This record gives sequence, structure tokens and C-alpha cells, in this order.
Amino acid sequence: MAKELLKGNVAFAEAAIRAGCEAYFGYPITPQTEALEHMSKRMPELGRVFLQAESEVAAINMVYGAACTGVRVMTSSSSPGISLMMEGISYIAGSEIPVVIINVMRGGPGLGNIAPSQGDYNQMVKGGGHGDFQPIVLAPATIQEFIDLTVEAFDLAEKYRTIVALLADGSIGQMMEPAELPPMRPVRKFKDRPSWALTGAKGRDPNIISSIYIDPVEEEKLNLKLMKIKEEIIANEVRYRDLMLEDAEIAVVAFGTAGRIAQSAIKTAREEGIKVGLLRPISLFPFPYERVKQVADQVKAILVVEMNGGQMVEDVRLGAEGRAPVTFYGRMGGVVPMPDEVLEEIQKLHAKLKGGS
Amino acid sequence: MQTEIIISGFGGQGALFIGQLLAYTGLDLKKHVTWFPSYGPEMRGGTAHCTVIISEDEIGAPVVSRPRVAIVMNLPSLDKYEPLVLPGGVLVINTSLVDRQAERTDIDVVYVPANEIAEELGEKRLANMVLLGAFLTKMPIISLDEIAESLGKHIPEHRRNLLEANLVAMKRGSALVTA
Amino acid sequence: MEKTKMVESQIYTKPESLTEIGTHYCPGCTHGIAHRLIAEVIDEMGVRENTIGIAPVGCSVFAYNYFNMDFAEAAHGRAPAMATGIKRVNPDKIVFTYQGDGDLASIGAAEILHAAGRGEHITVIFINNAIYGMTGGQMAPTTLPGQRTTSSPMGRDIELHGFPMKMCEILSQTDGAAYIVRRSLHDVANIRKAKKALRNAFEAQQQGLGFSMVELLSSCPTNWGITPEDALKWIESHMVPMYPLGDYKVHSALSVK
Repeated sequence: MAKELLKGNVAFAEAAIRAGCEAYFGYPITPQTEALEHMSKRMPELGRVFLQAESEVAAINMVYGAACTGVRVMTSSSSPGISLMMEGISYIAGSEIPVVIINVMRGGPGLGNIAPSQGDYNQMVKGGGHGDFQPIVLAPATIQEFIDLTVEAFDLAEKYRTIVALLADGSIGQMMEPAELPPMRPVRKFKDRPSWALTGAKGRDPNIISSIYIDPVEEEKLNLKLMKIKEEIIANEVRYRDLMLEDAEIAVVAFGTAGRIAQSAIKTAREEGIKVGLLRPISLFPFPYERVKQVADQVKAILVVEMNGGQMVEDVRLGAEGRAPVTFYGRMGGVVPMPDEVLEEIQKLHAKLKGGS
Repeated sequence: MQTEIIISGFGGQGALFIGQLLAYTGLDLKKHVTWFPSYGPEMRGGTAHCTVIISEDEIGAPVVSRPRVAIVMNLPSLDKYEPLVLPGGVLVINTSLVDRQAERTDIDVVYVPANEIAEELGEKRLANMVLLGAFLTKMPIISLDEIAESLGKHIPEHRRNLLEANLVAMKRGSALVTA
Repeated sequence: MEKTKMVESQIYTKPESLTEIGTHYCPGCTHGIAHRLIAEVIDEMGVRENTIGIAPVGCSVFAYNYFNMDFAEAAHGRAPAMATGIKRVNPDKIVFTYQGDGDLASIGAAEILHAAGRGEHITVIFINNAIYGMTGGQMAPTTLPGQRTTSSPMGRDIELHGFPMKMCEILSQTDGAAYIVRRSLHDVANIRKAKKALRNAFEAQQQGLGFSMVELLSSCPTNWGITPEDALKWIESHMVPMYPLGDYKVHSALSVK
């Protein structure tokens, strides 16, 4: 299929449709509403389900219900809406239901604004909701990646019976870029729905989907099972992208939009003769701790750039294990850092290293 | 080689549209492109602007603090973007809605009475195309023919009747620069 | 005569739609009666294998253990949203929620109102016993004025806590509602009427007429602090006057039993 000029929000919605998403439930919120609008037109055309819920609270529970019946379901929202969904997210995690959730983050806290932000890293990556669990969290930096990761999210969600969240921001949601959509996959046939699904207890014992384990020992068994799945995810699903790290003395670590901004800064810094490279984590859970450790062994300094007050930087520090100093540069509240700001940070770090050696 | 273009005006002046047209044409020419708009409430009656980047290589940031080109369609946009254009860059000013000259001397400034020309053509909404024609003649990163081809390819069916008028408007803008 | 005998003999047979598990409900609680009526109706309609139920948070949180069919357990108040999700992707299934007064009329007020407003083709069984049972007898949105609970120890003060929520009256105002009725479980005659209403509600769903709900006035002797027998009398003497029994909305296309 040829490349098209696609808006991020439309791209991921269409990608979900092509991945066989059978139902979408959501509530309008900027800057992701184009996804909801796209779904409202396309899903009925294809004989699939679109429903605008009365709230994000209801939307996530509609997602929960539909997903319990073994079909591919998704919702999308932006920061304040995702906060409302956290209750449902926890229930879905507790009952091991595969669901795909897209968070097109905006400035906060509170009502904040609609500008691009990465302020929800901790909320999404560290589990969100209550209880012991961690969803898989993937962070696209380009529209193509947004498409590819959305498709992959459905597969991963079903493989591990987990929530897969995509953590994007207003900039990726709103921008247009050439990208290629995948071919259309058919929706799952009724007879192919998973054995655990609620499909009517015909010729079998009833299936029950619940997140209640009143006996702590039983609840702990579920927790242990979730931890075991988490270990498998950590072992198999780490994703990141390296750029010009081979001979780097300084590594910038940044995800999503901050990653592409850093990429521009690094290019200019290289032209100035600074040996700097980029590590862009794509899976935020599982976080590429091992790769950070290797990079920390190689470079003299690490700079973390985020569109928040410093959230992923804590994971980078954990990964670096003190093998290289980790500094942080961030803009908050919906302010997008410009490449020259990041360049300046790289230059400062470079000067400091030169002065020190 | 990478060119960053900021197009800015009031909502409804078609700033986002000519930005998209540039991006579509870049795509058709197999270049790397990004189109990043202003969005949300600020678009309602306020300013609308977008950043278009056209590049031979993979594009990092979809936004820049200092663009190579600014096409400003009203006075607030001139005030905001004139200081930001990179030295040696191009500033296209819609003089129909701007009552002052540019202050910069280290950039190429193109003055285009876009609204007047559009009105002469009988369709005031074509001012954006007049400005685009002027810009691409001053800095031919993409030819007018290439724009015309892409516009023909991507214009929605219900707007196809406006195709020819758009091309005429673009040529009028172009003639202003070559003259 | 022959017919009567057959009915009598069925009273002591467990419906197929119920499991063999003994319930955890308190002695004298009417949840068991409500469960049984629903199970009988589902059996009689022959839809057990095609039905998906949704349990609430509240005393009936474990309802899925007692119904012999596919079941989900929802977050507090969200059963109508979950039912919506299930029904929308499985329009041929019979989908019902079983919710208490705190679940439906308090924390889930938005979800039930909008499910009714949309005319979701689901059936809601609403157990109104005027109290929070599972958490130990706190005030519910349906607690009567003056009624003592562990969080209204002086009795519900309407100046402080406002008035009881009358859900049938409220939901019957929505255009999406096809069948909204209130029944009571305090005596045999009313129990029989309740069963008929449940049948009507499920049939309204089956016929695609819209949203259906049966409110069942129920007892909670444990948290009311009275005997099971007095609890049934209290429903009749105190709850029925506040919550009048009757049909609040019946779709014209529904041939009611």
C-alpha cells in the first residue's frame, strides 16, 4: 500500500480498524477527538460498533464488557479522560482482559490545557489504577510507528491477556506525516473467540470474568500470575531505537515527541563535532533497562529529555546504575522543547566533559 | 537539506490548507514531510498556523523555533514570526492585511497584496494560493507544476470545480515575484 | 387441578439456571428469592445458554456463583456500561445486570440513566432494600427519611441528606425505556407478580423494544436489625408507601403477562 499523508489521530484509529478492532467506545476530548470522529464514521460503515459514551468512566466499562466477550476492543482519550478510566483499567487488569487504550497526552495537572505533554508517564507506565499490575506501554514518535504499534498492541494484548496502552501526545495526535496503513484484517469469527470469553454457556460450564478474590491467598495467586506474565513481557517485549550511539560520548534518552526533537538536536550537535547519540525507548513498560546500562557503560554522560518535570529519568537512573551521570532537561505544561534548547543542553554537557577531562 | 515553513493567519484564511498542500506535494515527490498545526480553541476566531517541514532526510522535530520561511497573512503573524525567520530566509507578507514594512534586512521579503488579487479573481478565499505562488517562485523548493499536479490528485471531488481558479491564483502570485 | 399439581411439584426443583452452590446471603434476605425468580424466567424462556449476566458490587457481588450461566462482575455502579459493551457486540445475547440500590442509584446513577436514555437492549434487576448491605448497613440513596443506619444514626435527615431516589419514576421519563416497573418481594402474591414482571422485562429485551428494568423492594433483616418476618412487614408498611408498586412505563408493543 502506498504512503498517505495521515494525521496521527486518524492514523491510529484506522490502524485499529485494520487490526480487526470490532468495537470502539469513547468520549470527546482534545487533542484526540479526531480518532473518535473517524471511528464514528468508519465503524458503522463496516458493520462494527461505535458508541459515544456518557463519560470516560462509562467508556472504559463498555470496553471492559465488550472485551469480556472475546472481541478486539479499544478506547482512546487524553490525560484527564484517562484519569477517569483508571478504575476500569484496574478491573480489566485484575480480570486479565486484553484491551487497547490510547492516551494522547496533554498539559496538566487538572484541566491543564490541550497542548502536547508527556506528563502522564508515571500514571500509565507505573500501572495506573489501584493494585499490583503493569500494562504494556508503547510510545510512538512518528505516525508510522503510531500505526504499527497500534496493530501490534492488539496482538500483544491477546498474547499476554493484558492491557496495552499507547502513550502519545498532542503533537503526534495532531501532526500529519506520510505513512502506510496495513492491510485490512477481518474481525474474529464468533467460533474463534477465546475459550475464556463470555459467549453464552452453550455445551460448556459457565465462564466467569471477575477481579474479586475475597481470600487474600487467592488474590495473591492472581498477583503472582500477573507478576509471572510481567516477567515474560520483560523478557520478550523490550523495544527501543538507537541513533548514532556507536561512538557516542553523550547519550540522550528521550521517548516519543521528545525523542524526535532530541534527534534534530543531535544531528546539529554532530555537525559541530560533538559525539552524541540517541536512545529512544519505544516500550516504556517493559523499560529498556539493559540497554540503558550498556549505554551508560559506554558514554561519559546521559541527558534525559522529556516533556514533563522528570518522570522517565527515574527509570534511566535505575538502568544506568550509576555507571554514568544522568542529567535532565524538560519542559512542562504543554510547552514543547525546541531542538535548539536541547542542543544547548548537549553543548553544555559537552563543555563540562571537556573541562573535566 | 531541510526547509521549515511557518504559515500563519486568521482562522479561515486557509493557512492550514496551503500547508497541507505543500505537505501533500512533498509526499508525492517522495520527500520527507511533516505538517504540524495549531489546534483546539485557539483556532476559533483566533490565529491559525502550521509548520511544514520538507526534507530529503528523516525529519526529527516537527516544530522549529526558527523557520527558514514564514508566510504571514495578517499583522499579528508578522509581528510574531518576522524576528524568527532564519537569516537568508524568506518572509512572505500579505500586504492586504498588514500596514507596515518588514524590519529585517537579512532576509528576502516578498510583499503580496493577496486579498486584492484574490478579489480581482472573484474569489477572496484564494488569497492563500496567491501567497503560495509568490513564495514558491521566490524559493522554488517545489515547482508550481508539481503543486498543480498534487492539488489535482488530492482535491476532494466536491471542490474540483475550484481547481482551475486555485492554479490561476497561484500563477498571479508567482507573476508578482518574477515581474 | 392437574395443572396446579404440576406447578406445586416444580417449586422444589432447582432451576437449571441456578448452580448447586448454597448462597452466602443472610437468613431472611430476599436476594435468594430474586435469584430464583430470574433463574425460573430464564429457564422458562429457554435462553440460559444464550444469556450473559453482570453482577454488581454489593451483597450480590458473588451472584455469578449462583447463576449457572456466563457472568461478569462489574465495578461499583458500572454494570449498565459493561452490559452495554457486551450487548453492542453481541446483539443476539440476552444481557442483564443485577444491581443494588447503592450500586444503581448512587455511584452508578450516570451509567443507569444513560443506558436507559440510549434505550440499551438490556434488562436491569434493581434490588432496593433501602440500605448498604455489604459494607454493614450504611445509608443508601433509597434509605427512607428517618430510617436509622450506621451512617445516619439519628435517622435519615432530609435537611442533611436529601430525599430518597425513586429510580422507576426517574428512568420511566427516558424515551429509551421500554419497560419500567416496581414490584415487591414481601409476600407470595407480590412475588408471583414480580416473576411476571421479570418475564416481561426479558421479553422486552428479546423483542428489541429498549431498556427494561424491574425494581424489587427487598428486605435486609440483618442491617435493619429486625427479624426476617418483621422485615417483610416493614417493606409493606414503610417501603411500599414511599416506593409505590406499579408499572411506570410499558412499551405499547409489549404484550404484558
